Amino acid sequence: MPVEAPSAEKLLDMYARMWRIRLFEEQAEYQSSQGKVMGALHTYIGEEGVAVPACAHLQDTDYITSTHRGHGHCIAKGADISRMMAELFGRSTGYCKGKGGSMHIADFQVGMLGANGIVAGGFGIATGAGLAAQLRGSGQVAVCFFGDGAANRGPFHENINIGAVWKLPVVYVCENNQFAQWTPQKDVTLVTDIANMSPAYGIPGVQVDGMDPLAVYEAAGEAIARARRGEGPTLLECKTYRFHGHNFGDPQQYRTREEIAEWSDNRDPIKQLAAHMRDAGILSDEQDADIQNTVQEEITAAVRFAESSPYPTPDELYKDVYSYDIG
Amino acid sequence: MPKKSMRDALREALHEEMERDDSIIVLGEDVITHGGPYAVTRGIDEKFPGRIRQTPISEAGIVGTALGAALCGMRPVAEVMYVDFATCAMDEVVNQMAKVRYMFGGQTDVPVVLRLPSGSARLLAAQHSQCLEAWFLHVPGLQVVVPSTAYDAKGLLKTALRGKDPVLFMEYKRLYTNECEVPDEDYAIPFGQADVKREGRDVTIVATGPMVPKALEAADLLSPEGIEVEVVDTRTLVPFDKATVFASVGKTNRAIVTDEEVKRGGTSAEIASLIAEECFDALDAPVKRVAAAEVPMPFSPELEKLVVPKTEHLVAAARELVG
Ligand SMILES: Cc1ncc(C[n+]2csc(CCOP(=O)(O)OP(=O)(O)O)c2C)c(N)n1
Repeated sequence: MPVEAPSAEKLLDMYARMWRIRLFEEQAEYQSSQGKVMGALHTYIGEEGVAVPACAHLQDTDYITSTHRGHGHCIAKGADISRMMAELFGRSTGYCKGKGGSMHIADFQVGMLGANGIVAGGFGIATGAGLAAQLRGSGQVAVCFFGDGAANRGPFHENINIGAVWKLPVVYVCENNQFAQWTPQKDVTLVTDIANMSPAYGIPGVQVDGMDPLAVYEAAGEAIARARRGEGPTLLECKTYRFHGHNFGDPQQYRTREEIAEWSDNRDPIKQLAAHMRDAGILSDEQDADIQNTVQEEITAAVRFAESSPYPTPDELYKDVYSYDIG
Repeated sequence: MPKKSMRDALREALHEEMERDDSIIVLGEDVITHGGPYAVTRGIDEKFPGRIRQTPISEAGIVGTALGAALCGMRPVAEVMYVDFATCAMDEVVNQMAKVRYMFGGQTDVPVVLRLPSGSARLLAAQHSQCLEAWFLHVPGLQVVVPSTAYDAKGLLKTALRGKDPVLFMEYKRLYTNECEVPDEDYAIPFGQADVKREGRDVTIVATGPMVPKALEAADLLSPEGIEVEVVDTRTLVPFDKATVFASVGKTNRAIVTDEEVKRGGTSAEIASLIAEECFDALDAPVKRVAAAEVPMPFSPELEKLVVPKTEHLVAAARELVG
């Protein structure tokens, strides 16, 4: 079944979400440079064209799992950026009451089962979410986002095999940005097209240009529909690129400025979507400016919310270790 | 004598031993392009081409491969980026590496060193801040080493690289930049020798890793009050130097045991119970423990600071014991 092209409304929503990710993270990096945001900060800038169009097929009742590079997945799934920013600031109004930070944002209300500090930590959780959905017969699906580096850990193999043999409603989405931290993918993986690993599990493998949001929309739509129909997982590989360092402060000695510019100047997913929408007469210059301004205002409000929120009080320390209080 | 950071001292130990012993190889994530997360292995690729392997993100593979190579004539040093990720290789560490010598009736040496950046630093939250000494301490067959100074780090790593048994080498992230005098000449510090870092008559603080500098700070603060603290740095947890610890407790009659691990089931529990078992008659007061709060590490700076044990906790504990 072909995937229906996204409506103008859907495209506008996707476009705004991609900007929300971009501007949220630019702000987070700025706040980090000011010492207001501490801890590790891994940005998704450049990869917005993966999570946004993939999550455009999901409801709040569907599930996703994320990575250490999780802000984009959160925003794509509909998390509130004020509570995200407050979490980065370590405040009690953050998603995790300040206990998680950038690497550990979750919003169970919208089916976002958590960013993860452990590479490949999401495979089991997404597969289990798929099992729960299958047992309930609810038609829910789970999408597992992971990096090319994560494909080299055991949980990739174990969980995709389980998902495949039980025909679970899971889509495994590889965000192949060609680097694992400071290591080029080709140095550590002979099969650089992760989609080509799918025959080992007896499931379809699909590769798509992750810088082209419409291509991702179509491919993810097909894989998600297939999962909803009870036909099992797909391994969907999106070739992409992160424009900034692995983490904020990364000197990036493992790649050249020219290579980065090649991607960010010519293949920016936000620019590509904008160009498409302009061609289709869906996006005027005025609308474009409006969208960016509105998002910018949201970000400013999020920072204000974070800054004016209190830090967690000492009595929070022992809460939530268990379901009961240990004082 | 030149001053060196712990990072530089570790790097020197690796370079000098690789020079001496061709069978030493290095494995780990980003160990070439960045020298590992804390740049300890920087420069090895240029100096010893082919003897350092940058691995995929495959902790079980890294540790397993290191073990296999060790059983077949090599002497691998594997870096697991953070000790938290050693949990991804627990079968290789616990069921394989720790067991092969004994289970196979002593047929083989197992010269593997795992370098494991540990502890709290830079607000890295629950999955990047742990101290897991106690997990390994519990498993017969593994040796556990926790240096607190650059000098000790270099001497202990040398011994690790000359030994025949697996070593879990805990490198505390916060200590990498701490400097002290480190000679250029070759030296090695034998395992199982605790170090009295400061002498005192009133109370013994038995400390590991990052708690050693805090214990010394506490001793400075208490001395003007007339409380003289003896600081014993365990240096290695397995093998453990009971004699030095017990002699100190025999002298001061009071003991505080401290580490940065979660208190419940931590190293401090083991050491405190050894003291209680074997030095009961020497004690004028119950042994005290100062360790981390029993929670996963929270991210917020306001909460993290409540978890990690501080100098002032040691000061308070000493006052209580002596007062
Ligand atoms: C089990 C584990 N090993 C190592 C790390 C350290 N680490 C964090 S992110 C990262 C690279 C991940 O690469 P990839 O999966 O491709 O995701 P990307 O960063 O490219 O988005 C590494 C090695 C970790 N967090 N967890």
